[in-house]
Amino acid sequence: MDPFKLLRSWPARIILLLAIAAGLYFLGNYLGNRQAFNPYHFRIVMLIGIAIILAVSLNLVNGVTGQFSIGHAGFMALGAYTGAALTVYGQYRFLPPLAAASPLVQQGALVLSMLLGGLVAAVAGFVVGLPSLRLRGDYLAIVTLGFGEIIRVSILNIDAVGGPAGFSGYSNPEHGRIVIPQLTTFFWVYLTVVAVILFSRNLLRSTHGLTFFSVREDEIAAEAMGVGTVRIKVTAFVMSAFFAGVAGALYAHYDTYLKPDSFNFLRSIEIVTMVVLGGMGSITGAVVGAAILAAAPEVLRVWLGELSRQKAIPSQLSPDLVRQLLYSLLLIVLMLTRPQGLFGGREVSLKGLFQRRERIPR
Amino acid sequence: MWALLQNFIIGIQTGAVYALIAVGYTMVYGVLRLINFAHGDVYMVGAFVGLTLAARMGFATAASIPGFTLIFFFTLAICAVLGVAIERFAYRPLRRAPRITALITAIGVSLLLEALAQLIWGAAPQYFPTMELFRLQPVRIGAVELNAKYFLILFLSLFLMTALWFIVTRTRVGKAMRAVSHDHEAAALMGINVNRIISVTFALGSALAAAAGLLVSAVTNVKIDPLVGVMPGLKAFVAAVLGGIGNIPGALVGGLVMGVAEAFVAGMAGGKFSTWRDAIAFILLILILIFRPAGLLGRATVEKV
Repeated sequence: MDPFKLLRSWPARIILLLAIAAGLYFLGNYLGNRQAFNPYHFRIVMLIGIAIILAVSLNLVNGVTGQFSIGHAGFMALGAYTGAALTVYGQYRFLPPLAAASPLVQQGALVLSMLLGGLVAAVAGFVVGLPSLRLRGDYLAIVTLGFGEIIRVSILNIDAVGGPAGFSGYSNPEHGRIVIPQLTTFFWVYLTVVAVILFSRNLLRSTHGLTFFSVREDEIAAEAMGVGTVRIKVTAFVMSAFFAGVAGALYAHYDTYLKPDSFNFLRSIEIVTMVVLGGMGSITGAVVGAAILAAAPEVLRVWLGELSRQKAIPSQLSPDLVRQLLYSLLLIVLMLTRPQGLFGGREVSLKGLFQRRERIPR
Repeated sequence: MWALLQNFIIGIQTGAVYALIAVGYTMVYGVLRLINFAHGDVYMVGAFVGLTLAARMGFATAASIPGFTLIFFFTLAICAVLGVAIERFAYRPLRRAPRITALITAIGVSLLLEALAQLIWGAAPQYFPTMELFRLQPVRIGAVELNAKYFLILFLSLFLMTALWFIVTRTRVGKAMRAVSHDHEAAALMGINVNRIISVTFALGSALAAAAGLLVSAVTNVKIDPLVGVMPGLKAFVAAVLGGIGNIPGALVGGLVMGVAEAFVAGMAGGKFSTWRDAIAFILLILILIFRPAGLLGRATVEKV
């Protein structure tokens, strides 16, 4: 019997998902163990996971639906601040003090803040998607940029989440200082990664997914075929924003310190670069692009630190500067020589590894 | 009442600078249908180049009228060359590519200019020293005392824009530019060298952005750092959209509206909302795009299938 047919049955799928979850749990236990695995490398693994969620979710808008969003960091910021505000201000109100709570309660609080962060971002995604009623192409791109900036400036002006100084907690008159708890675990980051990948993949394989591609290929033709293009675009923005918000909540409870400036225009461009590098429209591409570009700064930091200690390079070549040089050249050279990115819309699938390469209709 | 007037005049001055940058956006969009994201960074390069030239020359000499004029024109020339080079090497190969490809390249060029500026001039903010030339008597209008610097910038910007308006409407090159922005192919059939006209457009636009960067930083001594062009660039783009992109008088109107709106938000309720200054541009943008996507002075175009 064809093993792939067997995998397609419902019980097999549930067992497979449970197996993936269990695998992630044990892998997380191993990687999170400071004796077994270098904590610095563990940090990179976590940042890669969060970057993958962001890139795959942005791919839904930029790659699949053919719109161009350059405000993804705004959705991430909303998720991060909402999620963090929930776990900080919720303590002693409807949540127990989380630092001393049992792991189960901690995980519950994390999931709650992920969901709330995602929902708030999704609502914002709906609002951002609405102008697509009248706008297309680069105008829509500028609107997303504008929304991203408005979100950032709004956060700057909310004193309860620290304003320009950043947010790490607040001083409660009764209970002393309450900080953002570090709740994010490998398990939840990578479970979300699996969820966003499966969600995108299943969507794109469905009839419904084809309508997204049709909007990308030719809006007017799609409209003529009875595709509600506005509905599709708004849906794409909402789904994409939801996952960005979840990624934000995960990030907030990992770094436990948020500042508005880390969600600026440059951050949005970073996520766009990941998608563009991998190849717009390809989930595999988004994953690979995110992994490369999330790991690159950390690798560069070590590498450049070594070089500047040996005085091989001038001291003003800071890791951040080299990263920006790298990103900008990467964007320009990619667009000039290989605008379809590394994967060019192709996917690598388990089935493809054993049988033939599969190609999502373009 | 007088405070309102003061805000209004400050707004007009800021707006004139936005307009000066916006003109470049609007001209490039007119001929290429491309949002030239790197335009704001040309503003930054203009400020840095002017500062470097002034330092080479010695600030004492630079503060004289002939000295500053020399620096001014050298800066404009260097940035015009920069603009032409950007078009030649980054945008021209992509002229037939999808617009998103060109847009991503433009973002890349913008990041590259910022990184290169940091490499050349460093990340630490730098300042023009206060120059004798710009130490002007304050101007009194009723109860308002205003720094004459604002008027200097305002008049110089208006002068440059008038010069541009003259080039675009009264010269052969200007006529060719208008023809190219109307239809590349028809213009080429009429014997217009489209590539050359696009280069001229980039040169003019970049020179004006550089002029804005140099004037603002030399006259008002604000800081210059590699990221200083990002916000004025984005806001000038909003101004261009506000006035109707592709439309040069529209850029002026859009710039002035934006500048005044910002000044009022910053001055409202004794400065309580001044941190919202940066958001107002984008709120205006979203409103105009939803209610009048063609801009204040733009004509709505019918999309042909």
